[in-house]
Amino acid sequence: MKYKSQKVAYWFFALSMLLLVLQITYGFIMGFARIGFDNLHDFIPFNTARAVHTNLLVVWLLSGFMGAAYYIIPEEAQKELVSVKLAYVQLISLALVGLVAIVGYHFNYWEGRKFLEIPRPLDYLVVVNVLLFLGLILTTLFKGKRQTTTALVLSMGLLFAALLYLPGMLPFDSQVTDSFFRWWVVHLWVEGVWELIMGGILSFLLIKLTGVDREVIEKWLYVIVGLTFLSGVLGTGHHYYYIGVNKIWLIVGGIFSALEPLAFLAMALFAVNMYRKGEKKHPNKLALYWTLGSAIVSFIGAGLLGFAHTLPQTNLYTHGTLVTAMHGHLAFWGAYAMIVLAIISYSLPNMTGRKLYESSRGRAAFWLANIGMIGMTVAFGVAGVAQVYLERKFGMDFMKVQKEISIHFVVLILCATLFTTGIILYIIDFYKHGKPTDEALEINE
Amino acid sequence: MLSKKQARAFFLGGTLVTFLIFIGLTVYSLSEGADQTNHENLTAEVVRGKEIWESNNCMGCHTILGEGAYYAPELTKVVDRLNMRYDGNGEEVIKSILMSKGPWQPNGRKMVAYGMSEQEASDVVEFFKWIGKIDLNGFDRIVSPLAKDKINN
Repeated sequence: MKYKSQKVAYWFFALSMLLLVLQITYGFIMGFARIGFDNLHDFIPFNTARAVHTNLLVVWLLSGFMGAAYYIIPEEAQKELVSVKLAYVQLISLALVGLVAIVGYHFNYWEGRKFLEIPRPLDYLVVVNVLLFLGLILTTLFKGKRQTTTALVLSMGLLFAALLYLPGMLPFDSQVTDSFFRWWVVHLWVEGVWELIMGGILSFLLIKLTGVDREVIEKWLYVIVGLTFLSGVLGTGHHYYYIGVNKIWLIVGGIFSALEPLAFLAMALFAVNMYRKGEKKHPNKLALYWTLGSAIVSFIGAGLLGFAHTLPQTNLYTHGTLVTAMHGHLAFWGAYAMIVLAIISYSLPNMTGRKLYESSRGRAAFWLANIGMIGMTVAFGVAGVAQVYLERKFGMDFMKVQKEISIHFVVLILCATLFTTGIILYIIDFYKHGKPTDEALEINE
Repeated sequence: MLSKKQARAFFLGGTLVTFLIFIGLTVYSLSEGADQTNHENLTAEVVRGKEIWESNNCMGCHTILGEGAYYAPELTKVVDRLNMRYDGNGEEVIKSILMSKGPWQPNGRKMVAYGMSEQEASDVVEFFKWIGKIDLNGFDRIVSPLAKDKINN
């Protein structure tokens, strides 16, 4: 750690870990409900559990991205954060808004729009919170000694993520246009600007962990985020095939969605090649596992599994089935969860001064979480494909099909248990590092 | 060999061009002539139905236009489907489910008892009927019990 103010990142990461545990808990509630054990229905019906599960994902990832920015920007800009106090105010207000939203979901206080369930008054608070965050990050960056490509790409991703939140707040009378602009937020976040954030963090980690020249890494960073936007922006069309808008999206969405895996493939090749090229063998192997793992798993989850059902001819049958849940789980895990866990694994020893690089617990966490998540993806996939054939092809009743495929949710819960064990081990490791300290300033990274 | 400057130009230029095309296509697909959102048939009842749909987060279990949570049935063609099953009484069945004060538990999977008023339930039905008339580029046939044979043959 080079700057005292980087320590603020620790608390954002700690909030992320807490919310991740809660997210998993609500995932289990849904998994059990699907196999008939919905005893909590009177207090936590499925729609509440679902809204909490997906919204917690967004909030813990955002908290992780913010923590990453608070860690990376001072180091890249070579300047202390302009106000640590305000960063803590931003952290506490983020946690409070999240808490109010999640409690509210248990009392029918929501907007009921997939992924954007947060009620309108809280939306305004989110906007204020994000503006404060961006103000701190951008002021630090532009008052700093240098503005690196890594820092600029990361900040651009955060800025665009904030701007793209706004179309989701537009009111529409029509379900079709409502849905149309909701995807401006959801798709352009996860298959657009969040990838800038991911790319920025990945680039920072590769520079630190491999020792490859910054100029080389940052040049390829531009190419990769360029490919992402080139395919991802018009790839939004795959959400528009069958929601009641013009057929032109079948052609545009079909072509550009087919290009989306290329951006992820480029990212995976980029990460692996930089690792191979690197002469520096950084002792923090765990951070390297998570970094390379993120690039590779995101290619499989977001790239390949996304492609598996974005062709219009396939999507006609898979649209609105569990096939989407299959793709969603591995994509979010690989692209975003793993990159947040990577930056935590890298920065934690630097902030606390405790170099637990060779932890067997840390390695077990990596493998168990990944094997568990791949198992969950397979379970969702088998359930989804069976659903497509039985319901969409053979015309069986929805609920009859759900009974037929419930066995796959038993498998899902078993794999989720494996995944959770990995996450618990990761959090134990997090806890064992202790609190961040100024004494860590002296320690060589 | 590609320079960093060229890579940056590729990123910025590519992004700008694709965003402009995206905005252009958005304007085109919602413009008169190309619009197929069934906007012209929106009524006050349909809009109220949508608000009820959202304020109860129905999408947190069901899907509509193929979007939702896959825990409860797709409702895009629900009126047609229940009309077929209940001899043309689909609307009444939907209203009775929404107005029920007791728990509704088809095939063991529970639904929240919303206890809606007659007016609210009727608004939701109007919303479903409006949804059912949208041209969904073929997806409407996939989820419609009336046309299943057509798409499968």
